[in-house]
Amino acid sequence: MILTYALVFAATCFGLGLLMNLWFLVRADSTGDKILALDTMVVNIIALIVIYGMAFGTGVFFEAAMLFAMMGFISTVAYCRYILRGNIIE
Amino acid sequence: MILDYVIAALLVIAGFFGLVGSFGLLKLPDQMTRLHAPTKATTLGVGGVLIASMVYFFGVAGTLSFHELMITLFLFLAAPITAFFIARVQLRNHVAERDLPNPAREGTRWAGHLGQDSSSD
Repeated sequence: MILTYALVFAATCFGLGLLMNLWFLVRADSTGDKILALDTMVVNIIALIVIYGMAFGTGVFFEAAMLFAMMGFISTVAYCRYILRGNIIE
Repeated sequence: MILDYVIAALLVIAGFFGLVGSFGLLKLPDQMTRLHAPTKATTLGVGGVLIASMVYFFGVAGTLSFHELMITLFLFLAAPITAFFIARVQLRNHVAERDLPNPAREGTRWAGHLGQDSSSD
């Protein structure tokens, strides 16, 4: 019972955070801020995926969360490197 | 029963930290301070959720699963690197090269500022 409430609370918090990030992503005027907002969205979505897996009691979603973490990290670094260097793989 | 309370406490703490991180991204005044909230508070929030999930599946299946620990480790390794790269992008886009300290090696220049000779002066 208390677990259900805690899951709903955590999902609400991370969902609100996701909406805030989206709002900041639309409003930000510099590229660095936009990358930061996208990276934070990835982190929040990983938390939501794990909460979803707990709510349904399956461990299937861990691979999805792991893939999301890897893709988020690699895409952030690739975008930053593109801005810093002009190309990604030298 | 006790596990339920532990998981619930972890989830509430994690949700609070996640919300603080995202709110800080909106509220903090300038670009470099804005880097702090998402890379520290939100990472801690996700770590809390993953540990809660680990305890939950320990209660369900009776065995410790290491998937969550792997994701936690990866996120905690990735967050500082991400913050470093985004800080470099901010410095490259918004700070002139003459305002930066010199690189550690003599005779080299900061990578992002190469080819910006005409615009930096």
